[in-house]
Amino acid sequence: MDRSEKKVIIITGLVLSLFIFSILYARGKTNDLPECVPFDKTYTEPKVTKLDNKTYQVYAVAKMWQFEPSQIYILLGSEVDFFLTSKDVVHGFNISDKNVNMMAVYGNINKTTVKFDKPGVYKITCHEYCGVGHQTMQAEVIVNDPASK
Amino acid sequence: MQISKSLRRLIYWELGIPLALLSIGIYHGLMQTIYRSGVIHQSNFAHLDYYQGLTLHGVINAVVLTTFFAVAFGHATITFYLKKEPNKIVAWTSFWLMTIGTGLAAWAMLSGKASVLYTFYPPLKGHPFFYLGAALLIVGSWLPLFDWARMYVQWKKVNAEVKTPLAVLGTLVNFTIWFVCTLAVAYEVLVLLLPWAMGWTPTVNVTLARTLFWFFGHALVYFWLLPAYIMFYTMLPKLAGGKLFSDLAGRIALFLFLLFSVPVGVHHQFSDPSISKGIKLFQGLLTFGVAIPSFITAFTLAASLEYAGRKRGAKSLLGFFGKLPYLDPNRFLFAYLIAGLFLFIFGGLTGLVNASGQLNNVVHNTAWLPGHFHMTVAGPVFLAIIGMSTYLYSKTSGKRIFLPKVNVIIPYLWVIGILIFSTGMSWGGLIGEPRRTNLGLTYLNPKDPLFTPEWVPTTMLALAGGIIMFITGVLFFIVFFGTMLRKRVQEPILELPVSEVLHDEKRIPLFDQFKPWLVTMGLILVLAYTPALINAVKNTGPGAPRFTPDNPVPVTTENSVGKTVKNGSVNTSEITGKLVKK
Repeated sequence: MDRSEKKVIIITGLVLSLFIFSILYARGKTNDLPECVPFDKTYTEPKVTKLDNKTYQVYAVAKMWQFEPSQIYILLGSEVDFFLTSKDVVHGFNISDKNVNMMAVYGNINKTTVKFDKPGVYKITCHEYCGVGHQTMQAEVIVNDPASK
Repeated sequence: MQISKSLRRLIYWELGIPLALLSIGIYHGLMQTIYRSGVIHQSNFAHLDYYQGLTLHGVINAVVLTTFFAVAFGHATITFYLKKEPNKIVAWTSFWLMTIGTGLAAWAMLSGKASVLYTFYPPLKGHPFFYLGAALLIVGSWLPLFDWARMYVQWKKVNAEVKTPLAVLGTLVNFTIWFVCTLAVAYEVLVLLLPWAMGWTPTVNVTLARTLFWFFGHALVYFWLLPAYIMFYTMLPKLAGGKLFSDLAGRIALFLFLLFSVPVGVHHQFSDPSISKGIKLFQGLLTFGVAIPSFITAFTLAASLEYAGRKRGAKSLLGFFGKLPYLDPNRFLFAYLIAGLFLFIFGGLTGLVNASGQLNNVVHNTAWLPGHFHMTVAGPVFLAIIGMSTYLYSKTSGKRIFLPKVNVIIPYLWVIGILIFSTGMSWGGLIGEPRRTNLGLTYLNPKDPLFTPEWVPTTMLALAGGIIMFITGVLFFIVFFGTMLRKRVQEPILELPVSEVLHDEKRIPLFDQFKPWLVTMGLILVLAYTPALINAVKNTGPGAPRFTPDNPVPVTTENSVGKTVKNGSVNTSEITGKLVKK
């Protein structure tokens, strides 16, 4: 084999291993892909549960063409577990300014956890086509609403 | 070479039908940028609904045009390189199946009975003809593969020690990928969806259907892409005035596509429930694997173009880029291919973003995605398809190109349009603008409480790009159909540009046979998809009934209509009590 060919192969191998190592390393540290939760009927009733001052559980239910609950009030600095399902067709669940991006699927439970460090209104937008009213389907997470105190 | 009248006609129809339908597809492309940017705040225009138009745009442009073209181009390459025509009966049966299938699906979409988008995710239900049409189109496109494989085996018997022509290898690899991946979607459509849409089975497992769809859905993009790759390897160097740098590189790339095209579909489901993180990571890594043949191609083509440029007198390090025949009307195919390759740089890089699970959380299902795939399927794929359609038609009909100077600038105008459009879409996606949404009704309507001013500049850019693309599309139609209306002035022949090879490596048996590659392909597929399918069955709850896009209450079977509908509406209004809206 040609010497420069050898060099190229070695460099490529090194770069590739660094790349794959970085992926696995990053995945180990933070893996914010949705969690795999087997289906359970209890998640299909919408509700917000405050476990303590810093932790909430939200059972979010998407349906044509609204999210329930449609306004979620939480305190600053809380961590929220979102359990998501759909009552009908496939819906999307994208929280603005947060890396929360899930699909709501009938007969399936999706789950992710996210922390809200800044006060404000975070829009939850349905980003999967779900019928004629799709473009009206939005909900809100309201962090530290002064009016709610 | 001379070809029979029958084959010539077959190629005309297989190029002409999808291109005629493309006019509907492109019209709806423009309309979407108009709706989305809030120029109009309407749910429909000229009796066609936004989502109906979006379905037509996706199905016609991404499935009908690409499938018909791949079959026509496959007939052309196999005939040209093996010096033998395919079986007439098989070829025409395939044509009629595809045409009838397209007709059924087109009827369902145009009559508004299948506004389910080209991914047709259940439990949104389309008209049964939509599913039946899709199945016929796919089955029709399978038939030629068996005939070409027979021709290849016969040819190989006589030419055992001769390297299989790269274009033939590419066509066979491509249709093998297509056959394997469409088995899953055929199962989804014929076994899961069609009986359910007819009301014979009450429910459907949505995650299983989605997993089967994406088993097909990502390989589909390579089925679009490989005809363009065949042109890049076997024609582009010749058109540039040079030689292909390495023929072996092309073979390796093609076989890698065979291995990695299919077992990567779960990367479209990173945000889905019920599929474990481990499978998502594994198929994510395989997705990076499928980038390798594209990198091999990029470097091999760059080397081939450098050789061509230097032969044409280029001296400095990158001077060869300036010496290529960009605007030569006699080599217009070069313009189409090089413009597509340029777009593919950005298409490929944005694709790598989508492949990584973490970044996917930011962009999944946002406008970023159409931004990405308009630089792939509407980039190299589309430009190769329309350029080659004009080329093949003009050669096999013996007609001269209408407006050759316009023809050669079409690809560059298209590049400008796409770059503006995709900048707008990608930018919008990064700030949360959803795809597949009639934004003009709410989010881009200043009178609506959901108005989101951040998306004004992004959708306006997409609109500007869309207008340029639409005008370019019209120019293409003028050139193509204008050529059709001209009189024959030359002997009609089937002729493709053939690149010589700069480093003609000796035949390596491993890279000139299918068996070991097919076995490996099967192994990776089983490894990658068994756990995904088990998850889709094991972790999911009850199946879903049928829904139409206009009603939150499921479609019921005859016997229980009254009761179920009533129950449904009562429940809905109870829960709707605490609605945010306005």
